[in-house]
Amino acid sequence: MAEHNPFPGENNTGHIWDDNIRELANPPPRWWMIGFWASILFVVVYSILYPTWPIGQQATPGIMGWTQIQEYERGLAQVAAKRGPFEERIQTMTAQEIIADPGLLQYTLASAKVLFGDYCSACHGSGGQGNPGYPVLADDDWLYGGNLAKITETIVNGRKGAMTAHKDILTDAEIDTLARWVVELNEGGEGSPAGWDLYRAKACNACHGETANGVLAELPGGDIVSVGAANLIDGIWRFEPGGYESAAHTIRYGVNQPGIPETRDAVMPAFGSVARVEDVDVRKLSDQDIKKLAIYVHQLGGGR
Amino acid sequence: MNSKSDITSSTVDDLYADAEHWHVNTGGETIHAKRLAGRWRTIKWVAASVWLVYFLGPYVRWDGRQAVLFDIPNRQYHLFGATVLPQDFWMLALLLLFFAIMLAVVTALVGRVWCGFFCFQTVWTDVYTWIEEKLEGTPPQRRKLDQAPLSINKLRIKTVKHLLWILIGFLTGFSFIAWFTDAPALWSDFFSGSANPAAYVTVALFTIGTYVLAGFLREQTCFWLCPYARIQGVMLDKTTIVPTYDAQRGEPRGRVKRGETESSRTLGDCVDCNQCVAVCPTGVDIRHGQQEGCITCALCIDACDQVMDKIGRPRGLIRYASLDELEGLLQKPLLLRPRVWVYSAIMGAALIGILYGLSSLAAIDLKVLHERAPLFVRLSDGSIQNKYTLKILNKMPEELAVRISVTGPDGLTVMGAEEPVLITPGGVTPSVVFVKMPRQSLAAEQMPIMFQVEATRPTGEIVSTTRESVFISPRS
Repeated sequence: MAEHNPFPGENNTGHIWDDNIRELANPPPRWWMIGFWASILFVVVYSILYPTWPIGQQATPGIMGWTQIQEYERGLAQVAAKRGPFEERIQTMTAQEIIADPGLLQYTLASAKVLFGDYCSACHGSGGQGNPGYPVLADDDWLYGGNLAKITETIVNGRKGAMTAHKDILTDAEIDTLARWVVELNEGGEGSPAGWDLYRAKACNACHGETANGVLAELPGGDIVSVGAANLIDGIWRFEPGGYESAAHTIRYGVNQPGIPETRDAVMPAFGSVARVEDVDVRKLSDQDIKKLAIYVHQLGGGR
Repeated sequence: MNSKSDITSSTVDDLYADAEHWHVNTGGETIHAKRLAGRWRTIKWVAASVWLVYFLGPYVRWDGRQAVLFDIPNRQYHLFGATVLPQDFWMLALLLLFFAIMLAVVTALVGRVWCGFFCFQTVWTDVYTWIEEKLEGTPPQRRKLDQAPLSINKLRIKTVKHLLWILIGFLTGFSFIAWFTDAPALWSDFFSGSANPAAYVTVALFTIGTYVLAGFLREQTCFWLCPYARIQGVMLDKTTIVPTYDAQRGEPRGRVKRGETESSRTLGDCVDCNQCVAVCPTGVDIRHGQQEGCITCALCIDACDQVMDKIGRPRGLIRYASLDELEGLLQKPLLLRPRVWVYSAIMGAALIGILYGLSSLAAIDLKVLHERAPLFVRLSDGSIQNKYTLKILNKMPEELAVRISVTGPDGLTVMGAEEPVLITPGGVTPSVVFVKMPRQSLAAEQMPIMFQVEATRPTGEIVSTTRESVFISPRS
């Protein structure tokens, strides 16, 4: 850098290298500098008002007292205020009344969709389409009845199917006859007389019903009495993949039979049950949630 | 070695010599441009008067309501007879495309016409400086006043000027929000303090923004803030006509010598009177050629023509001309230039799309969403059921009872569409519909089915729309 400026009158900063390379003074516009200093001022003011500077795990609080969690809670309160009136009406109304009210039904379905996703979809699929071993909820084939009361009962108490393992009771030939007969029925056929004879002789009808539709008795009002045995005459298989091998397997090893590793599993947990969480009795799902879910399942496409 | 360093040294000196002439206007000094009457000045005012629509438009009525109203809370946009809902906003994309291409084509053909004649920054600055001239006088008087010590008179003039500027800023902001709410009611609401808080914030921001941008930043906005100034710069080419100084005719420039006859003149036509610089609102010298500071407002053409008239030389030393023209090259006619055709085609397509959209705004809009999980359900009687969610949008101003019907292969039955669906104006109601098909009707894995929604307006007019969907069944 030169001691004196050898380029008098030139608009340079006095920084000169190699005799003739010098830095010219071209300052940014004044309005730009005003903006620059204003931005810095903004940060200072902001950091006084709001939490800004980290101190270990904490931060300077800011004199406005604003926190993220408060903002979050305010948001939650807003949502709760919006939901409140709907939730109150759901509480005081029966499931049938809710279904009859289009606006409230729409809210209920939207709300229950979340619950269904959290508690039901792992087994029954996101749209109630079922999974291998887990029943389809969108059809009209109900093991335990498809009206609102029965659906509610199922959610509250859970279900556990039972079918004897027939590997030691029936001969292989008998199992073969029954499995073929079940396949015929499933495909819409009449079923062989030999199959029907065996079905009755071995008391399968005690659970699967006289007409093999899984119903023991029809009550007035569309209610049914059943033990959860599958309907054998519709086109729907209780256990995937269905067909001869699958049916023979179910007959041979039964459902939920202790001590038989090959047995079919068919257990639904009780969502009305109580669990102790930190010394407080907590139900898995509240009555309100169960009511919403029953409506949701009922409206999936096959509710009775 | 020696000669090499000589070259380097002289190159550096050249660079610094260039820098001497390199004047950068960073706003240190206010530009007080001289106002002259003239042809382009008149055109400029006429162009600027387009902005009266901005101020007066909100008060135009149509069918008992504001003709153009962007009703954000109700998500409805009224354009005279038509009501546009957010669902129709694909048209906005076309509109933006239209204007973007229009900016490109106009700039490519005749330069920065937007900047020079229509841009709000230019127009508002023009009005602000017009007020300044009325109050403070000509540029020399204004500079003198700026330097004068504070006096009662100076304070009075300056106060009136700034108040007027702020008033214009306020009217700008107020007119802006008037497009979004009922304008006549806004006047009383605004001044009784019962308008939406957003209205006050918006007006405040616009007032401050207008005051600062048009009052103080002025040409600095075009130089350093505005992206369009730079974008448009690259759209110019040698065929673009822009205000240009005819250097061949003008140079060498010099004063008219006393007693010299026109025939014995050795200098060019430019008399170096500096009038073109004096009138320039951005303070550039057009004689250096087209540059980013030039907004092509053509005021220098007026100034130069008047000088030429006075000294008896032909007009047009500064004129709208392309570089090709100045270089004596052949100019392609407009219709032979491909970019004119390409741009026009895009603009035409966008315009047709908008017109189609506006003319086909349906009264009800139907979307049919086929349930994906499960795609189909086998029912116990062997039939197949599909689930659909119908989203019906009511674009009418009254509540509609919408009836849903489904047509498709023989034997299909519909569940969930027994009762008409009530839909609020502008509202969307999703309704779930189940369609059941008996086993014998299942001809293919995917069969088209048609949903129709229909409603009767209070006037008795029947509005309806249809949408095709698909019925899915298992592989048989």
